[in-house]
Order: sequence, then C-alpha cells, then structure tokens
Amino acid sequence: MDRPIRVLVAKPGLDGHDRGAKVIARALRDAGMEVIYTGLRQTAEQIVNAAIQEDVDCVAMSILSGAHNTLLPKVVELLREEQAEDILVIGGGVIPGEDIPYLKEKGIKEIFTPGTPTQVTIDFIKANVNIK
Amino acid sequence: MFDKNQISILKEAVDKENAKTQEKLQKRPERKAVFTTGSGAPVNRYYTPVDIEDLDYMDDLGLPGQFPYTRGVQPNMYRGQFWTMRMYAGFATAEESNKRYKFLVEQGSSGLSVAFDLPTQIGYDSDHPLSEGEVGKVGVAIDSLADMEILFDGIPLDKVSTSMTINAPASVLLAMYIAVAEKQGVSSDKLRGTIQNDILKEYIARGTYIFPTEPSMRLITDIFAYCSKDVPQWNTISISGYHIREAGSTAAQEVGFTLADGIAYVEAAIKAGLDVDAIAPRLSFFFNAHNDLLEEVAKFRAARRLWARIMKDRFGAKDPKSMQLKFHTQTGGSTLTAQQPENNIVRVAIQTLAAVLGGTQSLHTNSKDEALALPNEDSVRVALRTQQIVAHESGVTEVVDPLAGSYYIEAKTKEIEDAAYNYIKKIDEIGGATKAIDLGYIQQEIMDASYDYQKKVESGEIIVVGMNKYQIEEEAPKGLLRVDPSVGEMQKAKLAELRAKRDNAKVSNALEALRTACQGTDNVMPLILEAVRAYATLGEICGVMREVFGEYQQTVNL
Repeated sequence: MDRPIRVLVAKPGLDGHDRGAKVIARALRDAGMEVIYTGLRQTAEQIVNAAIQEDVDCVAMSILSGAHNTLLPKVVELLREEQAEDILVIGGGVIPGEDIPYLKEKGIKEIFTPGTPTQVTIDFIKANVNIK
Repeated sequence: MFDKNQISILKEAVDKENAKTQEKLQKRPERKAVFTTGSGAPVNRYYTPVDIEDLDYMDDLGLPGQFPYTRGVQPNMYRGQFWTMRMYAGFATAEESNKRYKFLVEQGSSGLSVAFDLPTQIGYDSDHPLSEGEVGKVGVAIDSLADMEILFDGIPLDKVSTSMTINAPASVLLAMYIAVAEKQGVSSDKLRGTIQNDILKEYIARGTYIFPTEPSMRLITDIFAYCSKDVPQWNTISISGYHIREAGSTAAQEVGFTLADGIAYVEAAIKAGLDVDAIAPRLSFFFNAHNDLLEEVAKFRAARRLWARIMKDRFGAKDPKSMQLKFHTQTGGSTLTAQQPENNIVRVAIQTLAAVLGGTQSLHTNSKDEALALPNEDSVRVALRTQQIVAHESGVTEVVDPLAGSYYIEAKTKEIEDAAYNYIKKIDEIGGATKAIDLGYIQQEIMDASYDYQKKVESGEIIVVGMNKYQIEEEAPKGLLRVDPSVGEMQKAKLAELRAKRDNAKVSNALEALRTACQGTDNVMPLILEAVRAYATLGEICGVMREVFGEYQQTVNL
C-alpha cells in the first residue's frame, strides 16, 4: 500500500448523535488514515457524491435514528449505480442485532454496534478495503 | 466554619499521616497510581476539614430553600412531595403514543414527557423526502393540530404537566398544545409543562437545529414574552446539559457550558426588553446523572449554587425564584451497554440515587434496552419502579440534602463550581456562548473529553462491566420494540386527507401573516397560533420561517 486509506465518515439520516462518528473519525485518523467527516443530516445522494468526489476507499456511516434499514442500503445502491461498488461500506450505531443480516445482504460489509473498540473497526477496514 | 487553630493542628496530623502512609504504599501500591472521578478529576485518599477550610456555611451552603440554594430549592424537599416521575416516551403515531401515555399514568407516572420523531424536531412533514425512513422512529410524528388532538385525547390538560422535547420548532408545538387545550375548554393560563426550547445545545451537541443563531434566539425571546403574559405557569425553556454530557463532556463542563447557555438566554431576553425577574422564574434546567454517585451529587449542588450567584450578582435579580435552579434529570444513556443489558438496571438505580441526593425536581430513568432500541413496556416499567423504590424504600427522601457537610462532597462541590466558573469566564472572553459555538470552541472541548474517555475504555484504564471486562457469549436480545414501518405511509395518507379537507385559503392567509411577522419585529407566537388553528402543518409553518430566516450551517472541527 503506497498511500493512506481514505475514509468518508458520514451521518445519514436526521439524528444529531455524532459522538460516535467523531470518535471513529479521530481514531481512524490516529491510525494513519485520511478521514473526511460529512457532518450531520446527509442524504444518501450527498454521501455517494462526497465518496466519489473525495475518491475514498471506505464509507463508514453512523446512524442512531432507527432509519438504518432504509438509508444504508440506499447508499450501496447508489454507489453501484455510479460504478463505485468497490468502495467498502460499513455502518455503526444503535442497530438491533436482528437487522444486521438484512443490512449485510444489502451490501453493508459489517455493522459495529455500541461497545465495539475502535481498533476492531480499524482492523476491519485495513483487512477489507480495496486499494485501487 | 472551622477554628483556625484546629485546622493547623489537623494539617500537621494529615501531613504526618501522609508521610507514613506513603512509605507503606511504596511497598504495597494501591490499585491505581492515580484515582479519578468518572469525569477524570483527581480524587484524594480521604478528605478532612483542611480540604474545605474556606467554606462559609451561610454564604456557601445556606439552609435548604435559602440562597445560594446549594442544599436544595425547597425547605423540605421530598418530605413535601417526591420529584415528578416523568418518563420520556413517544413513538410511531399519535394513537400509539396516546396509549403509552395512558399506560404510564396508570403505572403511577406523575407527568408526561413527549418524544417527537426527527422530522417533527427538524420541522419537516412526514411526506418530506428527508423524512423517509424516519417517521415515528425516535418519537411520535406530529404533522398538524389534528395529530396533537389525538396525542392528548382523553388526557385532561389542566390536570397533567407535560414536558415536550422540542427545540427549533418549539413555538409551533407549544401553539398546538395551547390549541388542543382550547378545544378541551382549558385556558392557556392553566397549562403546566415545559418546552425544551434550548437551541444552543442543539448546535453544541444534539443536532436538531433549523435556523441560524440570531433568528433562533429571537424565536426564544418571543416565546418568553408571550408566555410571561398568556401561559404564566409554563416553563419556557429547559436549558440542557444532558446532551452535552452525552456527547462526552465532563461533569464540570456539563455545568459550565449549560450555565453559559443560560446566561446567553437571559442576556437575549434583557436585550429584547424583558425584565429579568419576569422571565427567570420560568427558566428550568436539565442535567444528566452518570455512575459516579458522589461526583454527580456534588455537580447538582455546584450548579445550583453557581446559578444563584450568577442571577444575583451578574443580573441583579431580586426575586428569589429567579435564583433557584430547578432541574429535570435523565439517567445517562451513554453509560448503558448493549452487552448484558440487565446490568443497566443497576446503573440506572445508582444514577437515580445521584439525582435524588442531588435534589432533582423531576426524573426520567432510562430502560435497560436503550443501547439497543426504544424500550418496550416491560423495561419501561422496571425503570419507573426503580424511581419508586428509591422514593419509598431507600430512606434518602426523608431528610434534605443528607450528604451536606461531607468533606469530600463539599470539596467536590467547590471544585466543580470553580471549574464551571472558569469555563464561563473563558466563554465570556470569547464573546458569549453563541460566539463560542459559532467558533466551535465548546464542541471541540467536548470532543477532546469524549475521545480521551474512549481511549481510556479501550486501554482498560476505565472498566465498563460486561463491555470491556466480565464479557460473556450472548445471543441477540429478543422482544425489542419495533416501530411499524407502515407508520410513514399512514402519516402521509393522513396529511393528504388534511390538505384536501381544510380551508386552504385560511391556511395561506395565516402563513402570509406569519411571514410578515417573521420579516418584522412583532412577536410571532400569536401568528403561529393562528396558523396552527387553521391546521397549517408543521412543515408549512417551519417552511415559511426557513424562507425568511435561512438555515444554520454546522461548524465541524475534528
């Protein structure tokens, strides 16, 4: 790998709980990745545009509003439409365990629930990212 | 309070003891090199009068119900009546939430607390594109007066007190509440309750802002002015440290940043020509209760004392009610774990004790499953029972401020007051809370504290039972509350029907009158009330305000 992994940390949906997103953003940065944080209330379209504009390797979305089943698959779908399905998509937040199989089936590679050490997320990204 | 001679004798004894014990500790070290509170503040091995030698009983503590209210805002506290057991609830449709409120009242809840869904909190109707997937999820969806009528159906609004967690569109939801009361034959001067209406902490920590800072502050002072005449028993704002703490702040930051916000509201009201003693008695506060029991008790006492001093010295308030910091508490959502959720019941019990020993006026206890989803009825019942056990069985309610005079509690109270005061001073130097928020100063301070905490959890320096120690293999919990995904479609259908059958000419006249008021300086409350009565939707009313006021752009520093 000759360049750092680039990650877009995004907050889809309307909830304002960004403690987790900001902690993850800092932890990824401290782990040597280049991190772009979108701020709150991003639509799936905005997230996908930012991901392509910024040429990221991974989109990490944090959501605590309960709208994950609607919004996370939409991001994967739009990335696919843009021929950017090589971008690794992961999610985290208050997401009930029983929703995780559905989200994975829709192309979100992993869901990190409350209490996950940031190192686990870092290791997952390093192991699964497709460096172009 | 202490005899100088005795203090110096004690100092000597403490020094001697310390030297001796340090020697022993060389051979047998303690569990940790440094002991700290839950917020990371240092904790000594023990405390004596030496640590509080400057404490002046009458100046610093006073009697219960007396300035500076360190010991509580009432002379007899819970011997008169218990705090209001107020459980935050709301989800899906107004019909579903109405059922939950009736359940809570039957179970002994003494006040209602309405949770709105995110589209409602951000001023979008359920059929707005950004509402997709969010309708009814974290609270109840309210699009118009019609939904509000269903929400409070069969609940006499002259009998209950209702707290509404609503900020940017607080004026609209308050107007809807007043309009529902009118239909029940209850006049607005009889209404009791609270709107959160604290926009500054939305910019800092909670995120459901709409308009830029300046028009937002104007909406807030319009509400202050309107309610001081027409809804005199209403608490017009709940200045919230809760979310600041949830975002990762320390206890001292929670107090400092919250009171700095409070100062900004009082200053805005004075600037709008309101008298400090006309508005200050209706200000209320909202704090968090975390697991470090004694630090939290000290925090509540420090907040009360500091606010009393600010109101008296800085604003020249004369009415004792203006100086009394009254507050709601919620147990700390971020302290709950998704792992072994039963353990959360114990955490909530400790936090409940902290709130009660700290003299709270009302309390919401979190349910054990809240790190996973919205709580179901069984877990809500346990959370409410936790309060009832502390109220009826623990004995801590029979005496006012029982921890006063503890060397440790008094030292910590002073330490938190001083630290909070220093934050306020710093914010004053920056130019006030609004400016400090626009520059991202407050957000940055909180983020640093939260990242520091996270690193300590990951290194094992901080133990969270069941999460980074004493883990077990667990299956995904069952029976979590799920919001019916068809709620969004139902709300959309209700909206379409409403738009078809209401008097649309009346609606657009009301909205145009509101637009004119927003562009000028008239109080907007009466015009919002007119629009609400005509069944203009929340999204339409906020839409007009969005057009006139514009929208806030978040400052993000990592």
